[in-house]
Amino acid sequence: MNQAITGKPQRLSLPYDKLSTPRRIAVDIARSPALYIMLLPVLAYYVLFCYKPMYGAMIAFMDFVPGKPLLSNEWVAFDNFLRFFHDRNFKRVITNTLRISITQIICGFPMPIIFALLLNEVRSRKYLRAVQTLSYMPHFISLVVICGMIRQFVNSDGVITQALTALKILPSRMLSLLTYPRYFLSVYTISGIWQGMGYGSIIYLAALTSVSPDLYEAAKIDGAGRWKQTIHVTIPGILPTIVIMFILRMGSVLDVGYEKILLLYNSQTYSVADVISTFVYRMGLQQFDFSFSTAVGLFNSVINVIILVSFNTISSKLNQNTLW
Amino acid sequence: MMHDKGVKKSARGGNSIRYSTGENVFNVINILLLFAISLCMLYPMMHVIFSSLSRGALLMKHKGLLWKPEGFSLAAYKAVFRTPIIPLGYRNTLFVVIVGTALNIVMTSLGAFFVSRRDQTVSKYVMVFFLFTMFFSGGMIPAYLNVKSLGLYNSLWALVLPGLISTYNLIILRTAFQAIPESLEESAKLDGANHFQILTRIYLPLAGTVLAVLVLYYGVAHWNSWFSAMLYIQDRKLYPLQLIMREVLISNDVSQMYGAAVDVDMIAPTVQFAVIVSTTLPILFIYPFLQKYFVKGVLIGSVKE
Repeated sequence: MNQAITGKPQRLSLPYDKLSTPRRIAVDIARSPALYIMLLPVLAYYVLFCYKPMYGAMIAFMDFVPGKPLLSNEWVAFDNFLRFFHDRNFKRVITNTLRISITQIICGFPMPIIFALLLNEVRSRKYLRAVQTLSYMPHFISLVVICGMIRQFVNSDGVITQALTALKILPSRMLSLLTYPRYFLSVYTISGIWQGMGYGSIIYLAALTSVSPDLYEAAKIDGAGRWKQTIHVTIPGILPTIVIMFILRMGSVLDVGYEKILLLYNSQTYSVADVISTFVYRMGLQQFDFSFSTAVGLFNSVINVIILVSFNTISSKLNQNTLW
Repeated sequence: MMHDKGVKKSARGGNSIRYSTGENVFNVINILLLFAISLCMLYPMMHVIFSSLSRGALLMKHKGLLWKPEGFSLAAYKAVFRTPIIPLGYRNTLFVVIVGTALNIVMTSLGAFFVSRRDQTVSKYVMVFFLFTMFFSGGMIPAYLNVKSLGLYNSLWALVLPGLISTYNLIILRTAFQAIPESLEESAKLDGANHFQILTRIYLPLAGTVLAVLVLYYGVAHWNSWFSAMLYIQDRKLYPLQLIMREVLISNDVSQMYGAAVDVDMIAPTVQFAVIVSTTLPILFIYPFLQKYFVKGVLIGSVKE
């Protein structure tokens, strides 16, 4: 908008376009105060609940004593971080985080894509809709309920344990599968696929609809059957979406959600299930070592940001699929 | 989305084309495979419902998949609703869902309205201020200390205020606002409308579908959330449903619900399932009707700016 200024209070010698940024802002506020009053509660929220905790995260560099005013605590520079690097749990939580996350990506990431491709081949609209409705459903069930069901099903007399024993995949007379470190990863990953596959396919289904019908026509004229069409037309057509989703996913490679793990793990499976975020939770809110656990959390977020930015850089070098 | 698919499909073959034998085999296998997948999605919930309606003793003896209730008994449900803590949990959860979602929508609209404006110099800086919080946060412990220092600890407001705005949802709404033609706003301004009226009379009604999506997103998130309650709520009378369920399902602590008055062993196996059903049914019941909004939400969210 470049019309002349109509507001009353300004006695301006310069047109709006030539003003410095702070002056333009001042003019904006004077012109439409209501708009800025409406912004105030939003700003207050972000300051109070997002930026204030970031400021509070400086206790990572302190020896924080609860109850003391923040700035009167003793500064200890990087001591808390060094303590984490030398902690006997350091290797364990990093390895577990990476193992769980990478398993999830390798097993879980392709699933929604494959599922979407299968759905794409369904000819009956009604059947398609029914399958979609059922497959999105688990996404909306709360994690507490999901984990409660998992617990029931993999119990010593649970359905899954019984089935696997009958199929001779498991030896007989098992305890709950969640008490064995060697099964934790499978239970965690498979239930994750179960919950997320349908919902995750929505975005690929949408991408599939944007593949040009002309390309299929051309492929058919060249004698490509459905399999060839899928390989040479469909998959290249949704590749940009796959790349974007992959970048997003990799950006959170060190960000294994603590909620599900907290609901599934127990002291017998800490050795494979304890990840950075659950470690932060236990150190901070069960052992009240606030400075230390804040340092661990801060380390984690900084690494996460670095990973996200690097993956986006790699992707923009490779092609045009970037997040920003 | 469905319509587009239809269009594409007819372009890709439709019914007139004759499939080869290989393609026919694939079609059959594909349909069966998808049927098996659907069954896997549905069965766990069926199992839970059947178990909750079974007689505890018979259920304990039962082996293998459950295709109908073992015996029939509503004792588990009676037990669930006889305990005062479940109705209390419902009350707390409803408070958080209703009040929380309402405030979420108000705040998200206000924020999205501002950053959707191209005529304010400061808009893009405010947007960066919002966006930064998506990539970086102080973390769990500083958030916890913050809530304590604000005096929200052990109050239901601690489940509402810290999550007032999801920046991701704000971006979705901003995209919707930016699609509204500026001419509408211009004419409203000529009629003497201020920004608040422009938001409530023009922007919000025109972004109705997106608002419905956001109500769902926020509402379901509130309904399902348990972790912040575990962090911030100490008083058992203020526990939301999910946190009660966590005790019953995860800590296996049915006795917490009753005290010694009930013969817990008789019903314990079915009570856990009854708790699941009575807290998940509302979501599952409305879900099929709202499914299209969820799908729409995913698609709006994926639009690249």
